[in-house]
Amino acid sequence: MTTKTEEPVYVVDSLIAEDIDAYLEQHEHKTMLRFITCGSVDDGKSTLIGRLLYDSKMIFEDQLDALTSDSKKVGTQGQEIDFALLVDGLAAEREQGITIDVAYRFFNTEKRKFIVADCPGHEQYTRNMVTGASTADLAVILIDARKGVLVQTRRHSYLCHLLGVKNIVLAVNKMDLVDYKQEVFDKIVADYTAFAQSIGIESFTAMPISGFKGDNITKLSDNTPWYKGPQYAGLALVEHLETVEVLSSVDAEKPFRMPVQWVNRPNLDFRGFSGLIATGGVKSGDKIRVLPSGKTSTVSKIVTFDGDLDEAVAGQSVTVCFEDEIDCSRGSVISVADNPPQTADQFEATIVWMADEAMVPGRAYWLKLGTQMVSATVQEPKYEVNVNTMEHLAAKTLELNAIGVAEVTTDKQIVFEPYAENRALGGFILIDKMTNATVAAGMLHFSLRRSQNVHWQALDIGRQQHAALKNQTPAVLWFTGLSGSGKSTIANLVEKKLHRMNRHTFLLDGDNVRHGLNKDLGFTEADRIENIRRVGEVSKLMADAGLIVITAFISPFQADREMVRSMLPEGEFFEVFIDTPLKVAEARDVKGLYKKARSGELKNFTGIDSPYEAPRNPEIRIDTTLVSPEEAANLIVDTLLGDA
Amino acid sequence: MKTLTHLERLEAESIHIIREVVAEAEKPVMLYSVGKDSAVMLHLARKAFYPSPPPFPLLHVDTTWKFKAMYELRDKMAELSGMDLLVYHNPEAAEKGINPFDHGSLHTDMWKTEGLKQALDKYGFDAAFGGARRDEEKSRAKERIFSFRTQSHGWDPKNQRPELWNLYNARKAKGESIRVFPISNWTELDIWQYIHLNDIPIVPLYFAEERPTVERDGMLVMVDDDRFPLRPGEEPVMRSVRFRTLGCYPLTGAVESTAKTLPEVIQETLLTTTSERQGRAIDKDAGGAGMEVKKQQGYF
Repeated sequence: MTTKTEEPVYVVDSLIAEDIDAYLEQHEHKTMLRFITCGSVDDGKSTLIGRLLYDSKMIFEDQLDALTSDSKKVGTQGQEIDFALLVDGLAAEREQGITIDVAYRFFNTEKRKFIVADCPGHEQYTRNMVTGASTADLAVILIDARKGVLVQTRRHSYLCHLLGVKNIVLAVNKMDLVDYKQEVFDKIVADYTAFAQSIGIESFTAMPISGFKGDNITKLSDNTPWYKGPQYAGLALVEHLETVEVLSSVDAEKPFRMPVQWVNRPNLDFRGFSGLIATGGVKSGDKIRVLPSGKTSTVSKIVTFDGDLDEAVAGQSVTVCFEDEIDCSRGSVISVADNPPQTADQFEATIVWMADEAMVPGRAYWLKLGTQMVSATVQEPKYEVNVNTMEHLAAKTLELNAIGVAEVTTDKQIVFEPYAENRALGGFILIDKMTNATVAAGMLHFSLRRSQNVHWQALDIGRQQHAALKNQTPAVLWFTGLSGSGKSTIANLVEKKLHRMNRHTFLLDGDNVRHGLNKDLGFTEADRIENIRRVGEVSKLMADAGLIVITAFISPFQADREMVRSMLPEGEFFEVFIDTPLKVAEARDVKGLYKKARSGELKNFTGIDSPYEAPRNPEIRIDTTLVSPEEAANLIVDTLLGDA
Repeated sequence: MKTLTHLERLEAESIHIIREVVAEAEKPVMLYSVGKDSAVMLHLARKAFYPSPPPFPLLHVDTTWKFKAMYELRDKMAELSGMDLLVYHNPEAAEKGINPFDHGSLHTDMWKTEGLKQALDKYGFDAAFGGARRDEEKSRAKERIFSFRTQSHGWDPKNQRPELWNLYNARKAKGESIRVFPISNWTELDIWQYIHLNDIPIVPLYFAEERPTVERDGMLVMVDDDRFPLRPGEEPVMRSVRFRTLGCYPLTGAVESTAKTLPEVIQETLLTTTSERQGRAIDKDAGGAGMEVKKQQGYF
């Protein structure tokens, strides 16, 4: 067992025993580096990480005992210690012998603390690698010396580059299995150099290593004397990791930006804005600007539990106070006054899709960027990237693990910077409004000119004046339910009743709108969303004009109804769920559509081969098996007018 | 420009996490177990909101079998931080007299796992901070910082939300909740060092002192009160001991030690070769996957 007898070289055990205060002093001043290891099981990735932990004594004796016995039972290294078993976490993964998720590992050397994101390398785990790379200062790309640059090497490199990881280590592993030959190493480095340049990787550091035998991991190995030559880095892996520049130091050189997380207001005399400084630094007395309002002020103090600070830098969580009372809340960004970030509502972005359910172009998702949360839609991708060849492919949507470039539109202006300049103000996630799952990650490239050039025209007569003249509160009664549920019948009765009461109304009916405004739309999921979006916009204009709008559309998707709800002021949107069981609606089949759908003549028919998502908390629910259309109409009118 | 130390970066990250929860959750709570990890987590919460007190209560899911010294520190820290302290006892466990001597693993299930679920349901908390660290145990190494729980408090390790950059998704449906682990990226050494640097109060049991102990099943157990049923031939003996982790006193093994200061404790910790949770019986249940199974059932 050669692996167990080798003495780790950089562990400072003696200092711990001899002078603990000196050791603590040293540990206190360590910096931190986060890195990601990319490679598949075959490249010896887990073995390398296991060795780093083992060599830095991050494995305790009882774990080692378990490891030794496990190695004999399920290990792949015969009687030797299988380091890979140390880092394969979840039970299911151990059984299958694969790493499914991102695992985070920790080890220390004299100079630094390290956090390693251990990610699986297969193509079906692209999302995991993207996750790991999002916080990495550095990436270690592992190559099996016997195999050279493979498709997966290219994929891993592309993903790290995409996520903006600037420091790349090309670790040519398993050098022991190619007799430590310089020619093998040189050939791989030459191949990789050509590839790296083609995708825009400016520089990388190549090293010949053996995770299994320990060559060039903590110190230079006698097995590769040629590696000391001037054309090589000539550093052991750990030496390099200890000295490479960390991301927060780079961020500190940029202009000051701090997304506001929380307003701290314990009493009337104190008002501070709390956040994590994304880039740059701030001093008391600095002129700042708050976005999106654009208002300026001066920093009066920087408050922390440990006393006020004169200065704070990127990576610190602080609370900042201003000299003036200006508008600033969660989602605002505090910036240096003379060099603020931009605001926009339409962007080009790279999207990494992370959910089993494919992206739906035009659907509204939540978009979280920094501390801003807005509603956003993604258009059909301009192209998808083949992650193995970097070719651009035509695409209508993005499936799980697909990466593409698309236009993103937000429902209000957000403060942003291109991802390449600022990870914190350029990286975002998309959240499904129904399931609340994180479905995508994205990186903003730039804002599209259109949104900068289309401005809102300020009008003198607004929605309040319109409504006041009509002496009524505008509202949208949004009927939803299956085909044949009774939407149109009840909606028609509701309008008649309101009309008799001198209310100004307008009924938008699904079939009628499709003859005019929406006659270019079909019944695919994307077209249905666009159908609802347009009706929503028209309803909003009519409500702005002071009308009570009644709409009767199947509108099967919760997310789309929520999209319309978000267009209107609170309290003006009434979701009216005409709840008729499918059996009953199908039995009625007034238009003969169910029959056609059942025979396959009609595709994408709601309730048959397309889902209906029932409202969770509708303002009004009508069970048509219990009340007549007349009773239903009365109930809706009473609820609307507040007489219920 | 100065480069932040690893502890400064960890502190800033944890504070950011705690503030995100307060900004996005409706009713957060901090699970407080009085141990050293809880001590650091509480200290970070106080830093996050200073000069305001942390805008959420502390919740201690108690088993009635903790060390006396833990109850003392718990009450003192609640007062010092200006936070409300909620103490929850599972009434069923109390009624049945569940205890660590007679009921084995049922003791943990009833008082802690069930007690926690009941307490969260009773108060309707939708986000609960916990002091777990990724370096403690294998299944924790893969758990998210924002760990999503179903209505029945279950954890599905295969269906975790991706967590990118420092963007956390705290959205959930009614009845669902999240467990949040702000000190995920801290190691045991970081915790000790931070306590040392910030002078954070911890339970004196972490330091060596002469204490009455008996040796039982290969473990040194402290006789903390007269509920401890001595077996024939057992006689408490004064030994200089301390504790590496704190839990229910009959289940927590002491180590013989003379470390009376924090640097000495840290020194001993670093030189010892037995991993931290070995003092506790809980991980050994159900083989190597013990903690993963417990977490799926709703244990923290």
